[in-house]
Amino acid sequence: MSTLKPEINDKDHIQGDDSASVTIVEFGDYQCPYCGDAYPIMKEIEETFGHQIKFVFRHFPLANAHQYAFPAAIAAEAAALQGKFWEMHDALYENQYRLNAELFDELAETIGLDLEQFQKDSTSEEIKSIIEDNFDSGIRSGVNGTPSFYVNGAKFDGGAADLYQMLKESTE
Amino acid sequence: MLEKGAIAPDFELNATPDQKIKLKDFKGKNVILAFYPADWSPVCSDQMALYNEMLKYFSKYDAQIFGISVDSVWCHLAFEESRKLHFPLLADFEPKGAVSKAYGVYDEKVGESKRALFVIDKEGKIAWSYLAPVAVNPGADGILDALEELNKK
Repeated sequence: MSTLKPEINDKDHIQGDDSASVTIVEFGDYQCPYCGDAYPIMKEIEETFGHQIKFVFRHFPLANAHQYAFPAAIAAEAAALQGKFWEMHDALYENQYRLNAELFDELAETIGLDLEQFQKDSTSEEIKSIIEDNFDSGIRSGVNGTPSFYVNGAKFDGGAADLYQMLKESTE
Repeated sequence: MLEKGAIAPDFELNATPDQKIKLKDFKGKNVILAFYPADWSPVCSDQMALYNEMLKYFSKYDAQIFGISVDSVWCHLAFEESRKLHFPLLADFEPKGAVSKAYGVYDEKVGESKRALFVIDKEGKIAWSYLAPVAVNPGADGILDALEELNKK
């Protein structure tokens, strides 16, 4: 059974209660249509199970297959430097159908980022290496495609809908 | 299926209509063989797409990866172009599945290679092998662990 490596740490983007009993990690790609399909289901999971859930997102861009996957991950990390990772994360998935090189600045403005700073940060090597570290963590953890989910550190064999079902059954 | 310690059977297979790959030419390099059932499986969960993202990891370990299926060179060519794959796919096409059989990973019933991974060391010996369920993409953590192990030697 594959497990999450490294474990969740302070470099991660974490949403939800610290005391939550279930931690879900998603390895995702902003251009992957299956991740796009998983996005609303993850929202529903967070809504339905509320405080019981902690959600972590790590980048796993398939850069050869998806030309905007890496730039989109950069946009999310650049937004994170202004404290708005999740706002950009949501905006990217909600606008996945029109993903292109011009979209990032537009979304940055929509979510209220300092655009000049955002553009500057988008070129930073540090951000690039965060994403590469995320990808590395995915490889080490046995990610075999996107999205891949981990529940309390163990690889979950299924998609977001299966995850919802599993949580529903285990909390009933 | 051939296991750790076995000599990797040599082969000569087409990578393109006019280029043949001989395993023995890669002595001195680690080699990864990824047998898979067929080209054109769904995009995001595709095993070859994953390996395509990992070429710099493989080269760090001085390893060359080859995908192998019974599809023809022309099919491989179209698949490589469509998925922008940057490593060779070999056609185990004629006689069909001969190399897959030599490695013990041919599925006679469906007439395709099974989903199997081999890491071959620089002397041409199998250092690690793994058979995945056909429907499950095995990822790459096992390959990297095996390469790391070889590096320690």
